Amino acid sequence: MKVEDKLFLDRFRVDEEPHLRIIDGSVCQHKCSDQPCLYFCPANVYRLEKDRISIAYEGCLECGSCRIGCPHLNIEWRFPRGGYGVSHKFG
Amino acid sequence: MKEAFDVAIVGAGPAGISAACLLADQGVKTIVVERGEYPGSKNISGGVLYGYDLYQILPDFPAQNCPIERNIVESRLWYLSKDGGYSLSYRNQIFAQERKQNVFTVGRAKFDRWFAEQAKKKGALMACGTVVTDLLRDDQNRIVGVQTDRADGDLRAKLVLLADGVNSPLAAKTGFRPEPKPHQVALAVKEVIELSEEQIQERFNVEPNNGVTIEILGVVTKGMNGIAVIYTNRKSLSLCIGANLSDLAQHKVKPYEMMEDFKEHPMVAPLIRGGKSTEYMAHWIAEGGYDSIPQLCGDGFLIGGDSAMLFNTLHREGSNLAMTSGRFAAEAMLEALEKGDFSRHGLQGYISRLQNSYIFKDLKKYKRFGQFLETHPELFTSLPEWASQAAREILTVNGVPKKEKQKVLWNQLRAKISPMRLLRIFWDGWRSVK
Repeated sequence: MKVEDKLFLDRFRVDEEPHLRIIDGSVCQHKCSDQPCLYFCPANVYRLEKDRISIAYEGCLECGSCRIGCPHLNIEWRFPRGGYGVSHKFG
Repeated sequence: MKEAFDVAIVGAGPAGISAACLLADQGVKTIVVERGEYPGSKNISGGVLYGYDLYQILPDFPAQNCPIERNIVESRLWYLSKDGGYSLSYRNQIFAQERKQNVFTVGRAKFDRWFAEQAKKKGALMACGTVVTDLLRDDQNRIVGVQTDRADGDLRAKLVLLADGVNSPLAAKTGFRPEPKPHQVALAVKEVIELSEEQIQERFNVEPNNGVTIEILGVVTKGMNGIAVIYTNRKSLSLCIGANLSDLAQHKVKPYEMMEDFKEHPMVAPLIRGGKSTEYMAHWIAEGGYDSIPQLCGDGFLIGGDSAMLFNTLHREGSNLAMTSGRFAAEAMLEALEKGDFSRHGLQGYISRLQNSYIFKDLKKYKRFGQFLETHPELFTSLPEWASQAAREILTVNGVPKKEKQKVLWNQLRAKISPMRLLRIFWDGWRSVK
């Protein structure tokens, strides 16, 4: 089962405004050789597109891993606005 | 919100709601601010809960239609290699009779919602769909309320309880608890797999309403310091697998792929066969142990539950520590409100209660356990594979004398791990839990 299919099982109320942001794209490109966010994010939010990393914040599971796991602390992280984001049915 | 409260609680999880129940019951004007659209909608746990801690807050919880999935009568421990593994289990009828509800499974979205209803009945106010963005301070830096993302956002309170979970950017922002380091948290993913009640009863050999927990160590975490679990719910199984966040980053393992491999393991696949995945989630587990516990109260505030890093890795105890820390926080707040002393000094009752309880005593006892797992990767790599091979060879009857087999196995083990190192593992392991 692919991660996209897993995320499809969840209920999201997507805010138009992203709650995740890469602070400085050049840090990812030039200073971060491992780019671990591409691996450890459980929702595959971070994806490599050509040279830059794109953020599919809509499927974020709000675990916070990218906030502390980015070796350059280059990710600005907030909770989605009140009532938005993922909502669990079972939990 | 122009209204002023006695207590504002951030987060409608087990810590926050426990405190709210007890405070509201004593007529304290209490508000709980929850970012999800309903209490529990953002909350996850593996799925087991201990009745003792809940009983201290709501003694009549079974009669109040507490949404219990299954009462646990058997605990299994698995140590897995790639193609098989050991299983150690303990079952006793006493857990189905006199000690019923010692431990049971719950879905946190349902349970927390129910728990919050009980607090509401007692008079606590719930403000859902609201994110606390910062804390309000007075000119002497004392906490006097919270700031929210609502238009009329400020909410004044004499005391604030931070119970917003392990992933709390707020706690970090306010300087109360530094952001956890990647090695202090495990990142776990969870999948809920639907099966019929009958299928679960047959596959786990239990009566209706009873269930089993399985805790799993071994190569399923791909050499990383981690754990997997399978818990039985009424009509579904909870499958969780997780590893240390710094290990995941280093090994470049994708958590969802690790879950897929776990589901295909020969010990797991037959249990979930024909089941339908219904939900996928991810959450941190506070694994820093005793040494990662932050300062727990200050002028006008307290920190409880996962936000305070109260988690017992070895015994999978988290939500119950949250409930009891919420209870202690409520008792300390009642004392402070009575005395009119909201300073750190006035809230000291919280710390002394925690120190005298099983929470601090257990976390102190297992202080070195996290480090033991972290520094002995053999436990997740060569050791389970060798142990499995040993059992496989001994159990295979093929005309080779056992003594010869033992010799070969012993030599293979020595080639992988030196006898000194092996001794060290046993000694360190014993020391970390004694």
